[in-house]
Amino acid sequence: MGSFNQPVAYLSLIVFLPVLAALALAFFPKGKDDAIKFTTLGVTIVVLLLTLGMLRDWFGLDFEKGQAAMQNIFAYDWIPSFGIHYFMGLDGISFPLVVLTAFISMLAMGASWSIQKHVKAYCILFLLLETGMLGVFMSLDFFLFYVFWEVMLLPMYFLIGVWGGERREYAAIKFFLYTLFGSVLMLIAILMLYFSSDLRALDDSQLVTAHVVESPEAAVQWRADTPDLKAEPLHKQHTFNILALQQMGQHTTLFDGEVWLGKSLSWWAFVLLFIGFVIKVPSVPLHTWLPDAHVQAPTPVSMILAGVLLKMGGYGIIRICYPICPAAGYELAYLVCLIGVVSMVYGAFAALAQKDFKRMVAYSSVSHMGYVVLGLGVWSAMAGTGYNPDYWKMGANGAMYQMMAHGISSAGMFFMVGVIYERVHHRDLDQFGGLFAKMPVYSGLAVGIFFAGLGLPGLCGFIGEVLVVLSVWEYSHVLAVISAAVVILTAAYILWAIQRVYLGAEYKGPHGEALTPITMRELFIAAPLMVMAIVFGVYPKALLDYMQPSVDQQIEQLADWTRQYDHDHPPAKPIVDIEEQIAALKRSQ
Amino acid sequence: MNLQFLIDSLVTDTLETSLPRYGPELILCASMVGMLLMRIVRLSEKIPPFLMALTGAVVALWSALPNDGMNTWAQMEPCELFTGMLVYDSLYLYTRIFLLAFLVLFVILSRLTGIADKREGQDYYTLVFGATLGMCIMASANHLIIVFLGIEMASVPSYVLAGIVQGRRRSSEAALKYAIYGAGTAGVMLYGISLLSGILGSAYLPTMAQRLAAMDLGAMMQTESVTEGMGAAGEGKGDSAESSVSGSSVSGHSETSAQNEAQADESLQVHSPLVLMVLALGGLMLGVGLAFKLSAVPFHFWCPDVFEGASAEVGAFLSVASKAAAMVLLLRIGLGLGTYHEPASSLTTSKQSALESGQAELFELSRGRVSVKEVSLSAATQKDSFDNASPKDPLMPVRHFIVLLVGMIAAVTCTFGNLAAYGQRNIKRMLAYSTIAHAGYMMMAVAATISLVGRDPLQMRVAVQSLLLYASIYFFMNLGAFSFVAFMRNAMGSEEIKDYAGLIRNCPLMSVAMVLILFSLVGLPPMAGFIGKFRIFQALFEAGGPLMMFLLVVAGINTAISLVYYLRVAKTICIDPEPDTRGPVSLGFLPVSYTLLVSFPVLLFGILPSWLVDWAYLATAQLFT
Repeated sequence: MGSFNQPVAYLSLIVFLPVLAALALAFFPKGKDDAIKFTTLGVTIVVLLLTLGMLRDWFGLDFEKGQAAMQNIFAYDWIPSFGIHYFMGLDGISFPLVVLTAFISMLAMGASWSIQKHVKAYCILFLLLETGMLGVFMSLDFFLFYVFWEVMLLPMYFLIGVWGGERREYAAIKFFLYTLFGSVLMLIAILMLYFSSDLRALDDSQLVTAHVVESPEAAVQWRADTPDLKAEPLHKQHTFNILALQQMGQHTTLFDGEVWLGKSLSWWAFVLLFIGFVIKVPSVPLHTWLPDAHVQAPTPVSMILAGVLLKMGGYGIIRICYPICPAAGYELAYLVCLIGVVSMVYGAFAALAQKDFKRMVAYSSVSHMGYVVLGLGVWSAMAGTGYNPDYWKMGANGAMYQMMAHGISSAGMFFMVGVIYERVHHRDLDQFGGLFAKMPVYSGLAVGIFFAGLGLPGLCGFIGEVLVVLSVWEYSHVLAVISAAVVILTAAYILWAIQRVYLGAEYKGPHGEALTPITMRELFIAAPLMVMAIVFGVYPKALLDYMQPSVDQQIEQLADWTRQYDHDHPPAKPIVDIEEQIAALKRSQ
Repeated sequence: MNLQFLIDSLVTDTLETSLPRYGPELILCASMVGMLLMRIVRLSEKIPPFLMALTGAVVALWSALPNDGMNTWAQMEPCELFTGMLVYDSLYLYTRIFLLAFLVLFVILSRLTGIADKREGQDYYTLVFGATLGMCIMASANHLIIVFLGIEMASVPSYVLAGIVQGRRRSSEAALKYAIYGAGTAGVMLYGISLLSGILGSAYLPTMAQRLAAMDLGAMMQTESVTEGMGAAGEGKGDSAESSVSGSSVSGHSETSAQNEAQADESLQVHSPLVLMVLALGGLMLGVGLAFKLSAVPFHFWCPDVFEGASAEVGAFLSVASKAAAMVLLLRIGLGLGTYHEPASSLTTSKQSALESGQAELFELSRGRVSVKEVSLSAATQKDSFDNASPKDPLMPVRHFIVLLVGMIAAVTCTFGNLAAYGQRNIKRMLAYSTIAHAGYMMMAVAATISLVGRDPLQMRVAVQSLLLYASIYFFMNLGAFSFVAFMRNAMGSEEIKDYAGLIRNCPLMSVAMVLILFSLVGLPPMAGFIGKFRIFQALFEAGGPLMMFLLVVAGINTAISLVYYLRVAKTICIDPEPDTRGPVSLGFLPVSYTLLVSFPVLLFGILPSWLVDWAYLATAQLFT
């Protein structure tokens, strides 16, 4: 194995194997479509095996369970003169998402067998997309993160624009423009943070935590090599290191300077970043690209869009927004929660109103991702609760769980819609019915996966939703009541859809003769999703064991930060009624 | 100091200082003369002009490359050539390599597309060489007369190049439009130069900056209201003084004695409102000439018409080489007029130093020596420049004026270019508007640099570096895009965007290269265009202040806007169905490999930008030291 078990080799292989394969595919001769598809599928399987290998130390690199800190971390110079590093690592927040990405990519490639047009180009773009997604979750350098974030846009544009439905070009450019707009905001925020950062403001242990230096001794050496903070305050040591920026956001006053309209730099950075991420999540009112993109995209791309791409927004919020700009997060916590709740309600009502099966599933994503935003935002560690982080932890864990669960259930739902669309070539909910009789196995699996999306106890969707809703009660009763009520709406649109599509006497819509039972290939894609939905539903520890320590640690740090912040910024003196004061004076006289 | 001494020092300066450093340019001149002579002695039928041109360009490029790597630039002493007319520093060396490398690739492109055939080849290449020489002069100008000379020398061959395709009415129309526009702006610029040098008594940039500093414009503006009435009374006298000064100084050898100058200074103090107005007017008029070369709004009208009428190859030449040279020139003028520091040797009053430099200007030798120490760009040592940051810096108003002017024009240019590119159906026209927009981005970097004057020299270098980086990346992007257009024109006889429909099925390699270039022009990672744009954003942010933040936001919004029209071309190439009417599109091996070769760096420098970044930084290593 040699140096393969080094994190740098192992993680780089995971990220860049798809690109290398895409390069190789470019030289494949024409007309070998099946060979190209099998190669692509093989690559996605290898990537999945490599990520799963870290669970059990199969290939020499282990992801330790129950550890909160970053693992398998490495940093090398990339563009030294810009201070940009090739810096990656995994922790309990990113690792599950990496596995999810590899898993969904493999299944989506399996679902791509029905693609007949320009197979080579499709596979190349598909692999580029996979690299972009994996890179986003692994990178710890803000610049690198941004590059991977943008790398996905190009393949995604073409995957929707070339292989999509009737209005594919419109949907593709809408998706592209929305995301690019968000990324430009993000870029400005990155610059703001970069130019205010100064590594010298961190103490030795913080430098070690941020992996700027290896050990406290090295930190002393590092300090000796860099210009002194007091002697040369202008020679700031800027950084793109996300971990270092987190430390600065929570332990220094570097980002507290006022920039505009009386708001601090950290406030503006938070707002810009949050808009950029929330476009991706997406939350109301920035969600309008999603129904178009999801509906027009081909089935496998819809699976990736819903299963992985939406998670990047949530990941960005938990990894970047809150830890780097806690002050703004604290101030805007209610707004964030409100956005989450509005998305949940709006998405559910919109889903209820849809006639198009795929559009209904797309709106269900808006609603479900609202739970994620809500769960991340419940800043219940306030003075009123004695800075008790427990409920917030519950909310954040619930949000992370919901991301994983939604990745599985929504990819499954899109696949299930795709399966019948391939047979009958329409998605009109009112023209379905009676599928159970013609496709019993398929219908059984589909109903199971839709129930997982509904959040039925025993399936994956339940855990995340219940954790989030419970945690909100401590933060705001109103929001908790509303978010709990959304469960009813969710049940309504999903049950109604099941009733219209799968139940009923017989299928009366067009192309009834094409309704053949599910094929082996389709079964091999649907079954793993169903299995995962059940496993995560009945044994949440399987996931929480990996995830929880990192999430808890981050929330605890933020709760500590809140305590410190309230201590440093005592609320302004309560305004006492002037007459009451006079009365008090008189009494004392 | 007699005449003999003057001549001796002139000879020493020319033979020992200037000419050895001027090798590549001399080679260009020699090849131009050679190509023209070949025609007379009818050798041209035996030796193809392409070979001569290529040899000349390659030899010039080779001799421009530093022998011991670019790291030596940092140690090299910057100096002035030809009695202070030209600056010779690492910035110029970088730009020269840039221009000559472009020349080599351009000669090859012209050969591959067949635009320069055997009969007309010499003319074509001679014009291109002449324009390149003019651009080299622009990039090193240190004197306003040289600025004018360089701009004209670059422009006049370009007018002819724009119309070189015979028998095409559009082409001739474009050339005529270009020439008339160019002539008009040249006149205005010359007038501006005469105003400026008239007031300041010199056209030599460091001296101009020094005089500006001595005038203490900041104080002048404050007392403006007080002296307003007096200004009108002394108008006539001021005018005559001005005209006499300008008459003598245009030649570059001001005969103003120190005493005269003192008088002039006094009269200037009295007529401050008038002086301010004339200075501003002169600056604006000078700006008109530069804006024409930069195709900045509102002097951009020639650009789309010329690009559409001229051949795509000439479009590449105008959009890359000409633009880069004009950017460096803008930077030089901006910094030249906006920075000045008292020479370390004479820590006396500004009056005395003005006197000294008046003498310096009279006597080439002393100027040659002094100027080595006080080249305007490398004005202040680190510590000095921190001192200069004090609000009392007399050139602050000048810089404010330049920054505001360049910044606002940059914002308008960028936005206008991107918006106007939307409606275009002709690819060359679209690229012309895209060029205008990119000129806007680059001008933002210039504005950032000038507004950083007086701060940490490191930050200023980063700002200049961002400009060079952007221009260098733009080099490959636009050369690639225009060569695609030129080859496609040869292959299918069309330059309409809609005719590119479904090209990816006919010639996948070229199309993929073009799509990558288009995405790079938007500025999306991992393409190199992003690195350049990111660096400019960084420079703007570093410069800070409301204007720079405004520019940053404008640049950000423009990036999002520009996506739509670039993407439309990419969509046409990749997604649209190919028309039935089109026959097979056949391209030779060489055109395809050429396009791939010039567009490969767009991807390479996006992923591994370190080399380019370091080179661009080395080019700035001597600035502001």
